[in-house]
Amino acid sequence: MKEQIICRDASLGYENMTVASGIDFTVKEGDYLCILGENGSGKSTLIKTILGLKSVESGSIEWCGGLTPDKIGYLPQQTVVQRDFPASVMEIVLSGCLTMGGLRPFYSSGQKQLAQENIERLGIENLSKRCYRELSGGQQQRVLLARALCAASKALLLDEPVTGLDPKAQTDLYELIKDLNKSGITIIMVSHDVNAAVKYASHILHMGHKSQLFFGSCDEYVQSDIGASFIASESLIDSAPEKPKPVSGEGFGAVLAPCVPLAAAAAASAIISGILRSKGRKNKWAR
Amino acid sequence: MGEIIDKLSLYFSYPFVRYALIVGLMIALCSSLLGVTLVLKRFSFIGDGLSHVAFGAISIASVLPVMIKDIAAGVSTSGEVPQSIKKLADLIADANNNYIVLPITLLAAVLLLRPGKNARIKGDAAVAMISVGSLAVGYMLMNRFPSSSNISGDVCSTLFGSTSILTLKREDVRLCLVMAIAVILIFLLFYHKIFAVTFDENFAKATGVRADGYNLLIAVITALIIVLAMNLVGSLLISALIIFPSLSAMRLFKSFRGVILCSAVISVICAGFGIIASILLSTPVGSTIVIADMTVFFLFCIAGKVTKRA
Repeated sequence: MKEQIICRDASLGYENMTVASGIDFTVKEGDYLCILGENGSGKSTLIKTILGLKSVESGSIEWCGGLTPDKIGYLPQQTVVQRDFPASVMEIVLSGCLTMGGLRPFYSSGQKQLAQENIERLGIENLSKRCYRELSGGQQQRVLLARALCAASKALLLDEPVTGLDPKAQTDLYELIKDLNKSGITIIMVSHDVNAAVKYASHILHMGHKSQLFFGSCDEYVQSDIGASFIASESLIDSAPEKPKPVSGEGFGAVLAPCVPLAAAAAASAIISGILRSKGRKNKWAR
Repeated sequence: MGEIIDKLSLYFSYPFVRYALIVGLMIALCSSLLGVTLVLKRFSFIGDGLSHVAFGAISIASVLPVMIKDIAAGVSTSGEVPQSIKKLADLIADANNNYIVLPITLLAAVLLLRPGKNARIKGDAAVAMISVGSLAVGYMLMNRFPSSSNISGDVCSTLFGSTSILTLKREDVRLCLVMAIAVILIFLLFYHKIFAVTFDENFAKATGVRADGYNLLIAVITALIIVLAMNLVGSLLISALIIFPSLSAMRLFKSFRGVILCSAVISVICAGFGIIASILLSTPVGSTIVIADMTVFFLFCIAGKVTKRA
């Protein structure tokens, strides 16, 4: 397997503030890398740095094995500008095919067909003439994913792809990404969902506060101390008694009431961190 | 009714009036095309800032001959202006103002819209600073080195456009026409790239679209349009020409192409209506066009509310 991205002791940051340092990993063709970590640990910054949207402060991130920007797809977090943007779904998905055409001023029928295929793949063909700003958060997410798929011929980078999706849609999305990965596309995904990460990914990169805590294959991660404790704290939230599956941050408050005191005490720290995290997620969404 | 037609046919029998109308429509078309992108990229204010820079530049251009003569007279011992300097000053006075205004505005546009947002002074503050700064400098220069006896008239026509479209010079018309066609061609050729860069700059950049290049292109076209539109509506009213048609179109249309087409149509119709109305009613061209744009905006607002409810 050819190496596609080699990251050597890289430091990431905004302006003069270092967000994370000592990042060191390798991505090979066909890998499924999941980047885990708390809010503020620099996961999104890492994705942006890999993509060349930000420069590395020190160390290096190299692309090799024929990987070039026009062969990758990217699912960013949504920006404020996009939320009231007057554009039809078809126009947005088509814009993912843009780099294939070079300097040609119009889209070819091949590009239009590719866009149509990806729209169907994500089950949004009934929305293709609708206006992007009138869609729900989850629908918008699928539109952006369809666009990313149009651009991804070798690798796909996703920044928290399941944000705003309901559980069923989350599972569909994970399955879709798995299929893509099987067809040979390298996946790099930032996620909060450690259970899904362990289930689907081939490699895990766990980022802690200002440094890298773990990089290795998924099996090694599950057996490592850091992995075990992170999975345990996450599954405690998921398996709390009488608790509906959390869909949004509001769910957590309601969960506290029916909990027996003992379980509540044990789960409290995990839940609070969960609330904090979901609040942070909202802030990020608004940024 | 017959009177109106007589008056119009009298005016349109002069070729320069016909040219002026064509130029006015072209300028309106250009500014509405780019307006959509500027509004969506949250750059509406930059158009305003740039137009003030253009005001500063135009005052420099108009006072430069006087300034050169004044300074030369002060420097020379006899108090006489040397012949060569007089010639230079006359040469500048004869040249089209646009040759001085365009480079200055282009430079300001590139500086304001340049890639990388880690400038010391953040966007809106920088724009405000540059725009009031160049207003002050422009007015100061016009006052200190008056090129004609009617200073307030000069200032007023630079800020609010010619009182009548009939004062447009023939050479202005030709230059405007060439630049307007260039802008429209560039826009058509790069339409999809401009859409991609407007909708999601990061995605475009990440997938290998040269977003910085296209941002620069947008900056350059913006400057071109502002210099063009200055002849028609004056520097204070340019933003209206850029913003109103696209905002009106966004009330009703839901696709990018729909918004662009609709704003182009609105802008051209309003400009045509404004120019003809200003001839008939002897009102200033610029404000008439802008008021027409405003009226359409309110109509579209109401229409948007109604269709949403239905």
